[in-house]
Amino acid sequence: MSDDVYIIGVDMLKFGRFPDRTVPQLGAQAALLALDDAGLEIKAMEALYCGNLYQANAMVGQRLLQEIGQTGIPVVNCANACATGATAFREAWMAVKAGACDLALAVGVEQMGKGLLGGGGAGTGIPKEGLFGGGTMPTVFAEAGMEHSHRYGTTFEQFAKVSVKNHHHSTMNPKAAYQMETPLEMVMNAEMISYPNTKLMCSVNVDGAAAAVLTSGKKVRELGLGKRAVKVRASALTSDPWQERDLVMPDVNSCTRLAAEKAFSLAGLGPEDLDLVELHDCFATAELLHYENLGLCGDGEAGRLIDDGETALGGRIPVNVSGGLLSKGHPLGATGIANIYEVSTHLRGEAGRRQVKDARIGLTHVIGLGSACAIHVLEKSDL
Amino acid sequence: MMSTAHAPLPAAPCLRIPEGEAPYLEAQRCGACDALYLTPRMACSRCGKRDDFHPQRLADRGTLYSFAIVHRSFPGVETPFISAIVDLEGGGTLKGNLRGIEATPEAVRLGMAVKVVIDDALGRRDKDGHAYLAYFFEPAEEPSA
Repeated sequence: MSDDVYIIGVDMLKFGRFPDRTVPQLGAQAALLALDDAGLEIKAMEALYCGNLYQANAMVGQRLLQEIGQTGIPVVNCANACATGATAFREAWMAVKAGACDLALAVGVEQMGKGLLGGGGAGTGIPKEGLFGGGTMPTVFAEAGMEHSHRYGTTFEQFAKVSVKNHHHSTMNPKAAYQMETPLEMVMNAEMISYPNTKLMCSVNVDGAAAAVLTSGKKVRELGLGKRAVKVRASALTSDPWQERDLVMPDVNSCTRLAAEKAFSLAGLGPEDLDLVELHDCFATAELLHYENLGLCGDGEAGRLIDDGETALGGRIPVNVSGGLLSKGHPLGATGIANIYEVSTHLRGEAGRRQVKDARIGLTHVIGLGSACAIHVLEKSDL
Repeated sequence: MMSTAHAPLPAAPCLRIPEGEAPYLEAQRCGACDALYLTPRMACSRCGKRDDFHPQRLADRGTLYSFAIVHRSFPGVETPFISAIVDLEGGGTLKGNLRGIEATPEAVRLGMAVKVVIDDALGRRDKDGHAYLAYFFEPAEEPSA
């Protein structure tokens, strides 16, 4: 049986706007932070997996090494929508798991434009936005939320409460792009983008980078890094299985459910074993769907979960204590590794004011529309 | 005979505009598993059956499955509008604008009956000046109990 895989170094830049830096420079900064966290040099790395979406054809990984050390190692650049960073991490995990190398570096990095994502659509020669409904991301996720309302009566106020919670969490996270309280009235009265998503219920469009160093259990012992190591208990990646309405409605539910099933099965754990979750709250509506998709509650119970505060810090199963994509920010390619940084920080007991008490097992989840879902289950060091 | 140079073109691949007849919507049904597609496929993405698609005329009535009220869109797109997902009677799901109703959450009701209306594509023209037809949804009488 192959050895377990561990994270021995992981870090992220404080998300924000970095107009004077290039994408490779941002990725290089995160890589150096992760290497420092492990106490290792770039020369020790045997492979690099670099996730970036908007410059997917620009060899970001190699250019990142030009900033910090061209050692001739294999570099793979990958793009997988908002699951890009988690996909790069998973590729590094696979390389170590397969025994192809002992030390692998995963980087996720993004520089964002401004404004609305998505929409448009090719086909015949006239623009389709506003002709056949809306294709912007706030609209697509508003529709996904209203599907839940249709089934279970979930309300605008319940969706808005997600944003109140995650913004509150971010006030305890120095690496979040925003650290401000947003009371319920403020969230609900903010500019309406696509009902029921107001501006404060949309993720923050910022630049960012995060990186992780992965290695085998054998190597962790050799390096004497067991104390702060984080075990990757499971890695799962899915694409969207056929769904009746997926011609007109990207389905974020079925690929998440499939990934959760695989991840829990690989880990030999269930949702009841989790101490914290970082999930893909690209819009406030999405978070409630994923409570059910990940098994944090039964179908139709997500509204009650947010009403009862069960997913707030101090609740039964804290979700997005980092502030989530809604307040920490969502630089697409960086998000998947930033989530892994957050959960790892709690498992190491180093999360400061937002620390989830006695955290032993956590889950990270990202969704890239199109679709890709990546889930990782992480566990406190057993070495 | 009307000049074809000025006949409107379909703005969606599932829209059929037969000469001298009313336009309608048509999907492709998999002969093996009955899955419906709005655009041609090489094989059924549900069951994998190849080259076994059959045209199926879509109903012009359905119910509102989900929606969003779009207040901010791309430059030049008029807002607010209701982006609606509609389940059609007899199968098939379409996404389009729901019009003829106030664009407020109070006015729109999930599950409400709607009809499909085929009309000019909001005056949009391509670079050659061609007009297009599109489909829209409008509130319909509820079926009597």
